[in-house]
Amino acid sequence: MKKYTNTGSKDTRSGFGDGLTELGKTNPNVVALCADLTGSLKMGDFEKNHPERFFQVGIAEANMMGIAAGMTIGGKIPFTGTFANFSTGRVYDQIRQSIAYSDKNVKICASHAGLTLGEDGATHQILEDIGLMKMLPGMTVINTCDYNQTKAATIAIAEHHGPVYLRFGRPKVANFTPEDQTFEIGKAVLLNEGKDVTIIATGHLVWEALQAAEQLEEKGISAEVINIHTIKPLDEAAILASVGKTGCVVTAEEHNFLGGLGESVARTLVLNQPAPQEFVATMDTFGESGTPEQLMEKYGLNAAAIVKASEKVIKRK
Amino acid sequence: MSNTQQLEDFVTQVRRDIVRQVHKVNSGHPGGSLGCAEFISVLYQEVMDRKEGFDMDGKGEDLFFLSNGHISPVFYSVLARSGYFPVEELSTFRLIDSRLQGHPTTHEGLPGVRVASGSLGQGLSVAIGAANTKKLNGDNHLVYSLHGDGELQEGQNWEAIMYAAAKKVDNLIATVDRNHQQIDGCTDDVLPMGNLVQKFEAFGWDVLELENGNNISQVREALKEAKGRTGKGKPVAIIMTTEMGHGVDFMMGSHKWHGVAPNDEQLEKALAQNPETLGDY
Repeated sequence: MKKYTNTGSKDTRSGFGDGLTELGKTNPNVVALCADLTGSLKMGDFEKNHPERFFQVGIAEANMMGIAAGMTIGGKIPFTGTFANFSTGRVYDQIRQSIAYSDKNVKICASHAGLTLGEDGATHQILEDIGLMKMLPGMTVINTCDYNQTKAATIAIAEHHGPVYLRFGRPKVANFTPEDQTFEIGKAVLLNEGKDVTIIATGHLVWEALQAAEQLEEKGISAEVINIHTIKPLDEAAILASVGKTGCVVTAEEHNFLGGLGESVARTLVLNQPAPQEFVATMDTFGESGTPEQLMEKYGLNAAAIVKASEKVIKRK
Repeated sequence: MSNTQQLEDFVTQVRRDIVRQVHKVNSGHPGGSLGCAEFISVLYQEVMDRKEGFDMDGKGEDLFFLSNGHISPVFYSVLARSGYFPVEELSTFRLIDSRLQGHPTTHEGLPGVRVASGSLGQGLSVAIGAANTKKLNGDNHLVYSLHGDGELQEGQNWEAIMYAAAKKVDNLIATVDRNHQQIDGCTDDVLPMGNLVQKFEAFGWDVLELENGNNISQVREALKEAKGRTGKGKPVAIIMTTEMGHGVDFMMGSHKWHGVAPNDEQLEKALAQNPETLGDY
């Protein structure tokens, strides 16, 4: 199979911070708002370079979302930064009315998504945010897999008119996508061609999917691996083409299986060409404290879980 | 418009529009709408520096945000009669396929509306955002907003009130419609809010009291005074006392007409008290 190399582990949130730094230089309409998490979101460079375009709102996320909506009136492109939990569930109605329904060009940038936030525990580990955001009409939902992709996505969403939810994470993870990539919203990335099973992964699970594909190859199973960074709008054509070839699919995400990528894929298949599917996701549960590795192991969100799910789904064909 | 009689005629017609809109669809919010007829009319007819036509960005003109979106009947009437869309369109209020949704929205492209409101407590943050952008754009125009008093029970307002003072958002004039009424009764019975003037002052705002928001001269004076206080490092608040249902005797001063439409007989009474001035739609 095609070989991917980790060029040096980095956190995806730094990809966001560096993307924002880049936008600061190239797009004078980009403004940034943060709710007391500038360091965690890696927004410090933007703040330092463009203090007049940086808005520290304090621990007041609802106000931040409203201010961001208002700042679009007059042509600014606001990027809000806080943890995924406080970017979505805490401010759902503000996003729904003032941003999504009002069609405001706000980029909701959410770090520390999912279990890999780690030791802070379930209060901060949101596993429902993709579902919340994808249900909002007009909202684009993106979950990036590594530093390079997150940086490219951050830059790309500034050029897209309309509300965007950009989800990324806290830990250092493998950096394996090209540094000079063009990020196309809504376009799946085929990472490896295979014929026995399709593995569709998003976010931190993409690297795990590649590891799983290597392990499956050793067992004589040929796995196709697709990186879905944009959950909405979903690249249905890419999914149908691949599953049409392999006949079964495993979806993998750091999110509840209710409302996540897996459900979007299932809907696509049911409406077009039903096929067996297995879900690598959390099973309607909250998280808990622990290291990211321990949590991903305990909740079944790693390469081993993808291998197991692949073997199971192939038998169901 | 500077002639007081002309403005009084305008307000009277707006009142007719309000009760006719809610009567036709037997739904909507006449009480708060009637109470704010003078304020919104004076704002659009005399105070705001507005460009011809409408564009979402609103550069080079004053902006207004209605946070208590349920008083859409008064907002729609003033917008239509200020030239944003045909007055005849008021007959589509709350009907299917209308741009005049129950609560104001940008979704259907109604000129004059820049954000959806209705879910309470969000408008002040949006107004602050628009004011921030005006400053970044070097645009010296002002941002106005209107809020219900009951709406201040929503916590987001206090985040926004704290922010606006701390960050010196001094190109903003926020008015609170202090009618002491909300759906379940008098605000003092539902959840007393104490002294709003002192509360805004304690948060660092420059606060004006408008004793009678149903008196055109007083509204004029207060808005003129408020405008004069902008640009001095503090956001400006107007705590405006109004009477819910003002101008329709059987609706006045009671929370019961917050969200109830008049029947045929009540409509006739209300219209008799507000004779046609500028022509019904």
